[in-house]
Amino acid sequence: MPSLPDMMTKLDPSGAAGGSASAAPAPADALFEALLRLGDSTLILGHRVSEWCGHAPVLEEDIALANTALDLIGQTQLWLGLAAEVEGAGRSADDLAYLRDAWDFRNLLLVERPNGDFGATLMRQFLFDAWHQPMLKGLEGSSDPRVAEIAAKAGREVAYHLDRSADLVIRLGDGTDESHRRMQAALDDLWPYTGEMLTPDATDAAMAEAGVMPDLTAIARDWHALVGDVLAQATLARPDGSYMHKGGKQGTHTEHLGYILAEMQFLQRAYPGAEW
Amino acid sequence: MAVTELPPVAQVWDWLAEVPDPEIPVISVVDLGIIRDVAHEGDTLVVRVTPTYSGCPATAVITFEIEAKLREKGVAALRIDRQLSPPWTTDWLSAEGREKLRAYGIAPPVDGTATGAPVAGRIARLGGQPQAIACPHCGASDTRRVSQFGSTPCKAAYQCNACLEPFDYFKCI
Repeated sequence: MPSLPDMMTKLDPSGAAGGSASAAPAPADALFEALLRLGDSTLILGHRVSEWCGHAPVLEEDIALANTALDLIGQTQLWLGLAAEVEGAGRSADDLAYLRDAWDFRNLLLVERPNGDFGATLMRQFLFDAWHQPMLKGLEGSSDPRVAEIAAKAGREVAYHLDRSADLVIRLGDGTDESHRRMQAALDDLWPYTGEMLTPDATDAAMAEAGVMPDLTAIARDWHALVGDVLAQATLARPDGSYMHKGGKQGTHTEHLGYILAEMQFLQRAYPGAEW
Repeated sequence: MAVTELPPVAQVWDWLAEVPDPEIPVISVVDLGIIRDVAHEGDTLVVRVTPTYSGCPATAVITFEIEAKLREKGVAALRIDRQLSPPWTTDWLSAEGREKLRAYGIAPPVDGTATGAPVAGRIARLGGQPQAIACPHCGASDTRRVSQFGSTPCKAAYQCNACLEPFDYFKCI
């Protein structure tokens, strides 16, 4: 069994494996990483939200959660499909979803947080949607047409997600004493996981430089404006702590991701190549 | 008789108009606006199909149904391509398709509200009555949204305040 560092160094920094390096304006390895961040985040959130299926407080919300999960998984197929194409190593979107281990995942830590109660799930969704929507808007203008067309497709779906999650955060925040208390607790719990998606690292900077992805500092401005507005309407206090967890985008995850993968990947791991 | 003739494109469109949407069988895939192009590339018939919602489980079934129909009509060389861009919009639902939806009990999308609505506008509308959706059963415009999501990705759940019947609304995207 190889040691952990050996397992983590298999990405070729030259990007030589990518057959489409000349088509993409950015180095293929940075693009591959950036696409995994998008696809892994929609995959893990989609899986988390799907855990609610059959458990939501009312039927309509159960259906809404299942539909949201379905949109996110559909978007995952597009993002990971493109990631696999860019990688050029013969892997498919399914291979990337089902046959990688936790340290190869590049999802935001926010989306692997446990569901908690209904309010916590909705608060997590809102904090993510408020980033996802302007992010996709920016990606629509990507210099890579393959990225732009996925973003245009996903953006229409995500506008509905944001509409709903913002609505419910306001209604539950500005609701009963109990719902207000739970929403504030959820916000306080999740807030330290929101910094990662708004803070660029070297990969984000390279992608922005190449015009493939928007500048995260601009996305952060939109996010803060929208979140501030919705929290005010929801009568919720914005946490003042400045400590932010990070690492998901680079493959360092919380203990929760392993449990998600154990459930999500079990079938393909136990019965390789199984189809139905 | 032995010579294989390529079917005219107009004929293929007519055949495709016989392929029902698997979830809403009263409308065809042509009514739905998801067939983006039909053309011959050499001897191969190429049909370009765009998905409605990226995760819609009906997409795979639709591709299968299109292939089955065209094979049944004798098309031998066939390719079905997925086209993502421009993304599907409910503005592409045919006028005929909208009438079929209404008759089936599904309120068709309200024209001109698809896409592009800035989020700030959507948020500002929260709490207000977003859009008058007429009840497909009694025609009353006094209806309310029960849930923004419904039995399939493309629908929202509504209820009529006049006749009290619940109904699906084919939401705009």
